[in-house]
Amino acid sequence: AFFWLVSLLLSSLIWFIAVKASDPRDEPLQKGLLIFGVMFSVLLQEAFRFLYYKLLRKAIEGLVALSEDGCSPISIQQMAYVAGVGFGLMSGAFSMINLLADALGPGTVGIHGDSQLYFLTSAFMTMVLIFLHTFWGILFFHGCEHRRWWEIAAVVVMHLAVSGSTFCNPLYVGSLVPSYLLMAAAAAWAYLLSGGSAQNLRRFLLCK
Amino acid sequence: MTELSAHLPQFQHGQLTENFPDNHLSNTNDNSERRRHDNSERRRNDNPESETNGQPQNNIQQVVEQDEEDDEELTLKYGAKHVIMLFVPVTLCMVVVVATIKSVSFYTRKDGQLIYTPFTEETETVGQRALNSILNAAIMISVIIVMTILLVVLYKYRCYKVIHGWLIISSLLLLFFFSFIYLGEVFKTYNVAMDYITVALMIWNFGVVGMICIHWKGPLRLQQAYLIMISALMALVFIKYLPEWTAWLILAVISVYDLVAVLCPKGPLRMLVETAQERNETLFPALIYSSTMIWLVNMAEEDPEAQRKASKNSTYDKQAPANQTQNEDAEADDGGFSQEWQQQRDNRIGPIESTPESRAAVQALPSNSQTSEDPEERGVKLGLGDFIFYSVLVGKASATASGDWNTTLACFVAILIGLCLTLLLLAIFKKALPALPISITFGLVFYFATDNLVQPFMDQLAFHQFYI
Repeated sequence: AFFWLVSLLLSSLIWFIAVKASDPRDEPLQKGLLIFGVMFSVLLQEAFRFLYYKLLRKAIEGLVALSEDGCSPISIQQMAYVAGVGFGLMSGAFSMINLLADALGPGTVGIHGDSQLYFLTSAFMTMVLIFLHTFWGILFFHGCEHRRWWEIAAVVVMHLAVSGSTFCNPLYVGSLVPSYLLMAAAAAWAYLLSGGSAQNLRRFLLCK
Repeated sequence: MTELSAHLPQFQHGQLTENFPDNHLSNTNDNSERRRHDNSERRRNDNPESETNGQPQNNIQQVVEQDEEDDEELTLKYGAKHVIMLFVPVTLCMVVVVATIKSVSFYTRKDGQLIYTPFTEETETVGQRALNSILNAAIMISVIIVMTILLVVLYKYRCYKVIHGWLIISSLLLLFFFSFIYLGEVFKTYNVAMDYITVALMIWNFGVVGMICIHWKGPLRLQQAYLIMISALMALVFIKYLPEWTAWLILAVISVYDLVAVLCPKGPLRMLVETAQERNETLFPALIYSSTMIWLVNMAEEDPEAQRKASKNSTYDKQAPANQTQNEDAEADDGGFSQEWQQQRDNRIGPIESTPESRAAVQALPSNSQTSEDPEERGVKLGLGDFIFYSVLVGKASATASGDWNTTLACFVAILIGLCLTLLLLAIFKKALPALPISITFGLVFYFATDNLVQPFMDQLAFHQFYI
């Protein structure tokens, strides 16, 4: 969570500088700058995920060296999961919490002609992003562990795609549907990578 | 309310100490194995705890240097547990403060300032405001320094009565007066009708139980809850009565002061901790949050076995009856000591029989044996001042930030990460450390950064519903 926060800080710093250096009245330029900010932020987030992976790697080495039986008390997969959850929670919290606070107060949604589904779609989008971050964490760490660069690249591309799809908002079908599809794909992939299989799933569901 | 007790600010400087045990329960089996492999008797090095630095008696019999690795392994194993043990109270305190700030408007209204910060911040020019806030901060810090030095001097010259009286008066003030005001404001906010008699009864009970818990004995959880509550109350007072820039400046300067006071050899807080360790006393329970039971151990000159028996029994009450029966079969002279405690003792000072010679030797031992507590109950201590200043930071962030919840959340995470790092350093250095600097630095950086940089970015993103 802390790492996500730092990445957010740095990316907003960049955006802020860009905005201050540009003309505030030029609407399309501002929007363009925002888009640039978003993309840059995505890249920074993934970079920080990588840095976090490096840090955890060192920590695991330390733990293994000092433990009694040669294996660390927490595996890299667990760390991947926790890292993903941390990223997701922080990103979700930052996206939603002001919205929630405002939602407690009086007001009408979309009274100025904006979409009336604002809160709902924000909620769904945040949820899908949190899940995605969790799965991306697992995929990313797995890719780093086994040196499969295409997995890492896939995660980055997916993240960019999801953020990019939100540029179609308020045309929600353009952003929510692809995001959910991507989430399902990422979920299946992460599940398979973590050692699950169709048989496990069937056994679990049928309570064998 | 124009006055504030001067007593409290000075004792609130963070210092973290850790009660490292001499051994640990889960590795007892390994220890006994190692003992068998190693023919010499081993004794765990007491020096993880800095309190034994003041005692030169480590060179008595059976002292063998313990592996560095064992210590570090121990450290890492319990490190995570300590972190959680401190996260929970710090989080609770912050949550209480933020909840109050958000709901009770009294604490965000400007109703004047304390006499410690006489210069106002409502000036015409920015320069004047800056100057005033610097002066305010300087006055406040010098008050704190003077009070701390006074406390240390009193402690050094053993004027315990004065210190206790001082502490009792301050906690009286906090527990009764401030909580009365707090309760009143909460009732006003929620428009609850209440009569004076009920309020008097509630405050009386709250206050008296608090006094007993904090200054005498009480259930651990209750004592912790009271300490959290008084920290929150104190933090709320600071948030209300300190003007903006003064508050931030004070936070910054006090973390520097904390660093200096705890780490410099002549620093007052370091002297306090060292004097307490030399005399083998625990620091005042009213100023420190401890995550475990504070053992009231009196290592007198007479039979230490009986002493230890007494203290052990008082806390192992639950275990004693269960173990009595099984131990009575195993050993005649068990006296209620559990099997684990026996192994602990053996690991510590070697497998010696309870002969008169050994008793004499044990009597000659320094009172490190007070650290022969159940290691699973050992914990970490954090000064109440740390709680207060963390909460002040987060509370101010939630009260005055334009980014509102984002800023609050960011400061909260920053402080917790700072606390983690501090605990990590504590595990590495194993002596009293200042808890304020790292956390407050992170918190301040994140506050200003989030408020000015992240906030507009997130605002724009939310407006267009872009997601990053």
